Amino acid sequence: MNEKSYDVVIVGSGAGGGTVAQALAPLVASGQSVLVLEQGARLGDAEFTGRELEMANRLYRDGGGFLTADGTMTLAFAETYGGSTVVYTGTSLVAPERVIKHWAVPELSHPEIAHRSRKFADANNVHLLPPEEINDNNRLFVEGAGRAGYDVEQFPVNVKGCRGSSLCNLGCPNQAKQGTNRVQLPDAERHGVEVVTRAEVRRILPDRVLEVRVHQKKEGTAGADSEWAPGEYRVRARAVVNAGGAIGSTALLLRSPIAPWFPRLGAGFTCHPALILVGEHGHPITNDVGHPKSYFVDRAETLGFVLETCMYFPFVTAKALTGFGPPHGAAMRAFPRLQMILVLACDRASDGNRIRVDKQGVPVVHYALAPRTVAGLVNGAQAAARIFFGAGAERVHTPFAEPPSIERAEADRLETRITGAHWKPGKVAVSAAHLMGGCGMGRTARDSVTDGWGRVHGLPWLRVADASLFPDSLEINPYLTIMALADRVAEQLTTDLGSL
Amino acid sequence: MAIPESLRHALHAVTETVIPTASGLEPDGWVALDRIVSNAVAARPPRMQRQLALFIRAIEWLPVLRYGRPFSKLTPARRRRFLESLQDSPVLLIRRGFWGLRTLILMGYYTQGRAIAAIGYRADPRGWSVRR
Repeated sequence: MNEKSYDVVIVGSGAGGGTVAQALAPLVASGQSVLVLEQGARLGDAEFTGRELEMANRLYRDGGGFLTADGTMTLAFAETYGGSTVVYTGTSLVAPERVIKHWAVPELSHPEIAHRSRKFADANNVHLLPPEEINDNNRLFVEGAGRAGYDVEQFPVNVKGCRGSSLCNLGCPNQAKQGTNRVQLPDAERHGVEVVTRAEVRRILPDRVLEVRVHQKKEGTAGADSEWAPGEYRVRARAVVNAGGAIGSTALLLRSPIAPWFPRLGAGFTCHPALILVGEHGHPITNDVGHPKSYFVDRAETLGFVLETCMYFPFVTAKALTGFGPPHGAAMRAFPRLQMILVLACDRASDGNRIRVDKQGVPVVHYALAPRTVAGLVNGAQAAARIFFGAGAERVHTPFAEPPSIERAEADRLETRITGAHWKPGKVAVSAAHLMGGCGMGRTARDSVTDGWGRVHGLPWLRVADASLFPDSLEINPYLTIMALADRVAEQLTTDLGSL
Repeated sequence: MAIPESLRHALHAVTETVIPTASGLEPDGWVALDRIVSNAVAARPPRMQRQLALFIRAIEWLPVLRYGRPFSKLTPARRRRFLESLQDSPVLLIRRGFWGLRTLILMGYYTQGRAIAAIGYRADPRGWSVRR
């Protein structure tokens, strides 16, 4: 067994861990040691090929197909240097004021979240793309939404030198997306923070020791070797920041001996269940070139959904289309004419949905769609269909209709063609990113896992700094909010470290 | 675990029903499909692998009860009707099983270079520079 010792150990290198690493980097100059342990691999620039299956397997847990416990939904999250900031589209929004108020976390205010979010928007080059970089898929969304009566907003995105590959969700092949792998982590490493990849943290012990397994790179796979020799390690720390994402952080604490002290550990898990809808135009459009996600319609507060432009790859698209056989094949052969919209439902955290671990310590996510969440997806599917037809589409494919293909002549009957009556778990391909909760913030260990500063109740040396902190749905893309919270956690830890 | 050799025939029959254009795959395309599916299955827990093998076997032999012949010997229309009955089954376990198998088949086909070229997918890391 190898023994090591650090002042601060950060578990995870995504939006949370990467931000904390950069914020704590100045400690190194004052003689303290900071270590980041990342479960995934560090890929070289040339290893971002944009090929769907190859990149899904290199970057995502279970290739992007992590199944919920009942097997009816997949959850997408990355395991690599930079975490899920490597695979998102760079969309960067400030949390809505109403959401932060609803969370009612002690000492957490919206102005502070907004202020810290803006700091990272500046640092990571967040801006609006100019009109000449907008493709037809996005332009048609704006046109169709305008005709259908929906207000459209443009996504600020964190790209620099974007070439418009459209491959954001497979990791940018041009290194244009400014995730923590491009900004925060390299900066932290330049200032002496040590990052070790392929390092799986098995447990955190009450005496501040982390049990770590460093994995050998498998022959023929991508990515660099780990910075440490493969094997088992015991890493002692004065402080630990758990930032392995909603599922990773929660599962790590559930595997640890401290788990029984926190009845809310794993509870409050939620996400944005999502459907991909396609509209078929009569002529080719630019869809698989250009940034894929430039606009959105936010109806979260009133109707429980958000619509976002999107563009997916052949396999993901094929999976998203309902059915099989000739109609499915015809829709796939229309690929150059397809417009796509992502429908996200805003699901409130509820007690039945939670993260657990099995006997081997593997995370198991129990998640069922509440009727109101299905209603949000149906509302969103109807709105998306109106936008497609408003943009001139000839037909729309939606999983909430039977048959799933709706012709333009039926555009005035969308409320009767698209209904919740056609919802069947296990038939409709629902997937979710934006995984939230599990180590929620609150007042005491009875209602939460941490306080408003990410301090695990009763264990001041143990902090959490990722989306697992969210006590409920954020209702928008979460990365800036994660960074803002992580920044706050790091700031408080810097203050407290001398006494730990 | 690879898909057992004894189930390949049934898997290919299901594939040709889910994706009719798969019947035009060259031998190396079928090899690639089998490899992709097998690799994806091998990454799942052993229990799930056994369930999948059992599900494919059931698809091949259950039609004997209704049509007097296995799935792979049915006409395309009957194959389609049988798979539709699985897709719309009132039993979640069956719907989920079909969804999983369909997902694997779509992965095996729509990640192959010739298949994605045939549908006109042209995304390129060089982005706009090769399209304007």
